[in-house]
Amino acid sequence: MNAAMPLHDAAEKAVCEDSRFAVPTMRCAGCISKIERGLSEIPGVAAARVNFSAKQVAVSHAPELTEDRILRAIEKLGFEAQILSENPLAEDRGDTARLLRALAVAGFGMMNIMLLSVSVWSGAVGVTRDLFHMLSALIAIPVIAYSGRPFFASAAMALRYGRTNMDVPISIGIILATALSLYETITSGPHAYFDGAVMLLFFLLAGRVLDGMMRDRAREGISALLGKTAPGAMVVQGDGTAVWTKAADIQPDMVMLVAAGESLAADGVIEQGKSGFDMSMLTGESDPQVLGEGDTVLAGTMNMDAPVQVRVTATGGDTSIADIARLMDEAGQHRSFHVRIADRAARYYAPAVHSLALLAFIGWMIAGAGWHQSLLIAVAVLIITCPCALGLAVPAAQVVASGALMRKGVLIKDGSALERLAEADRVLFDKTGTLTMGQPRPIDLDKLSLTEKTVALALAQSSRHPVSQGLARALVHEGIAPAKINNVQEVAGKGVSAIWEDIPVQLGRAGQAGAHISAALTIGDDAQLVEMTDMLRPDTRAAIAELAQLGLSASIVSGDRTEAVSPVAKELGIIAQANARPEDKVETIKRLGAAGHKLLMVGDGLNDGPALAAAYVSIAPGSASDVGQQAADAVFTSDSLMPVALAVKAARRTGKVVRQNFALAIGYNIFAVPLALAGMVTPLIAAIAMSLSSLIVVGNALRLRGAAK
Amino acid sequence: MSGLAILIPIALLMGLCGLGFFFWAMRNGQFEDLEGASHRVLIDDEDEPEEREDYSAET
Repeated sequence: MNAAMPLHDAAEKAVCEDSRFAVPTMRCAGCISKIERGLSEIPGVAAARVNFSAKQVAVSHAPELTEDRILRAIEKLGFEAQILSENPLAEDRGDTARLLRALAVAGFGMMNIMLLSVSVWSGAVGVTRDLFHMLSALIAIPVIAYSGRPFFASAAMALRYGRTNMDVPISIGIILATALSLYETITSGPHAYFDGAVMLLFFLLAGRVLDGMMRDRAREGISALLGKTAPGAMVVQGDGTAVWTKAADIQPDMVMLVAAGESLAADGVIEQGKSGFDMSMLTGESDPQVLGEGDTVLAGTMNMDAPVQVRVTATGGDTSIADIARLMDEAGQHRSFHVRIADRAARYYAPAVHSLALLAFIGWMIAGAGWHQSLLIAVAVLIITCPCALGLAVPAAQVVASGALMRKGVLIKDGSALERLAEADRVLFDKTGTLTMGQPRPIDLDKLSLTEKTVALALAQSSRHPVSQGLARALVHEGIAPAKINNVQEVAGKGVSAIWEDIPVQLGRAGQAGAHISAALTIGDDAQLVEMTDMLRPDTRAAIAELAQLGLSASIVSGDRTEAVSPVAKELGIIAQANARPEDKVETIKRLGAAGHKLLMVGDGLNDGPALAAAYVSIAPGSASDVGQQAADAVFTSDSLMPVALAVKAARRTGKVVRQNFALAIGYNIFAVPLALAGMVTPLIAAIAMSLSSLIVVGNALRLRGAAK
Repeated sequence: MSGLAILIPIALLMGLCGLGFFFWAMRNGQFEDLEGASHRVLIDDEDEPEEREDYSAET
């Protein structure tokens, strides 16, 4: 077989590289075919496949074709794209698939056994009943062995460390019920609980699958946002040409060519050129610093104005970012260990259930029922009290709530985050990029006439400079349509110029070069100054008021200078701490945590990473650094700050529904346990009670669909 | 009663087939991109007209 394969084909397959790109602007079938066809036509591309749900393109290509060239190609097709590095959140992707397989097997077993059980319940006797029990056993035992593994493994793990969790009573109940039913089958007894045991597994697995799917969905959403910090750089070669090099392959003493609007991939010293650098991700300082030849620049900062050549001094683990990563690891270790609400319930539930079953067994033994009858009743108690509704009550509510939040642009990483979010009682905000947009926006657009706006938009759209992009976004938001311009030319460090209706037009830096961000728009001889500043996010004041109403008092902790922080604090009317280094932020969080507060940290930059990891619960905006988004428990994708308040509200509503579901489950047990203790629960009653209670809690959870309103 | 000897194995076999098919679909990545699949239906296949010509030539 292999020998028949053409040799060059095999070689081609062996050397093909896979790269992934995030394309957030895909919206329709046309986009899919356009991207896939467009990319397949490029020589060197073996295959391109769009994943529309994740808004990603996977390209299999020859190694000569570098990632940045494919990126250009996608941009030429008319889509914004980003190179994705290896997804750091993908590690436990296989878990849900395994659970889903177990669920499918349990579903298959449940349906077939139920088919046989219904005939037994409707009155099959004698040989027919024995045969059906036998068949049920034949199906149930392999199904339980396969589908029960996640529970058995987790229970064994808990017992090994002398602890107990939800899975211990589940495993004991299922194993005992199966063993007893097997005995019943062999001795041709009247009751076999195979249907109950498998149905229990099915419902519990459904809860786990829901939980896993929610986690995966949020992680996929977040990883689509990742990859904004440069995963590589253009490195100048010996012959003067520049070649795209991945961050991992950059060595000290290489020279990087950093264009305006690009982030640095490594620490270095500027060799040639002068430019403003936005260090806000690293330090929280909002004003760009002007740096020239001989100055040190750090990885993660963004070059704002002009292209520069940077000689690399440190890469990877040696960069300043790595220090922050180390600090983050430490902060994460100190994080208070949150016990999931279901596990907390299981701490009381498991001993109660076990002693109840044991009491039933002893009680009926004393009453003289014989050990077989007593054991049967004890197993009925175990089956009927098994936390079927409990295992479904929590994940179902959390999945529905997180789905509702996702539609509003808040991605919650897991159920534990929702539980912690509901408990938060104080909120700390970072300033730059969190309370503010982290990108310059025009202060006052009303000075410009409509024609000036259309020209400004046309010019701003043709540049990748952060100031241009901020201006363009603000103009598009106002509903301006760009004017038609020709001969567009961008001179790095100067601006964009073009011809509009035979008049030369220009959008460039304002007269004085330096840290001040403002743009000058020139049309013919008229010049207009557009002042830009890092604006507060829309609805910031309303969101903080809303949070205060929920009982979360807010304060600012920022790495920026006091002069930059105090106007923001004054405008919002909240206290602020300025000049805070990453370790100071962690210190503040620890101090407040020790005082009994449960802190919600909202931050975006690299410098917030340790604080986000240390806080009780944390949220990052979608514009945040990769580090920030990975450390945070939730990410919101809109410009407005309102989703933070919305998330807290939805989390509290979820907590309420979870508690209701617990109450329902307990109510069900109060009704069912006496029946089981009295020995009146037959497999039929167990099956009905179990499915009914599960349906009720799922139905109650579905009420959360509108939780994020 | 004798019907059971045929019907039960058939029911089990059909269930197993469904299970096997689901496993295959999962391994094959059929559930990777559910939203995309609903859009791909709408993509016009450019090669189609040529194939049709081939057909008519054959018949």
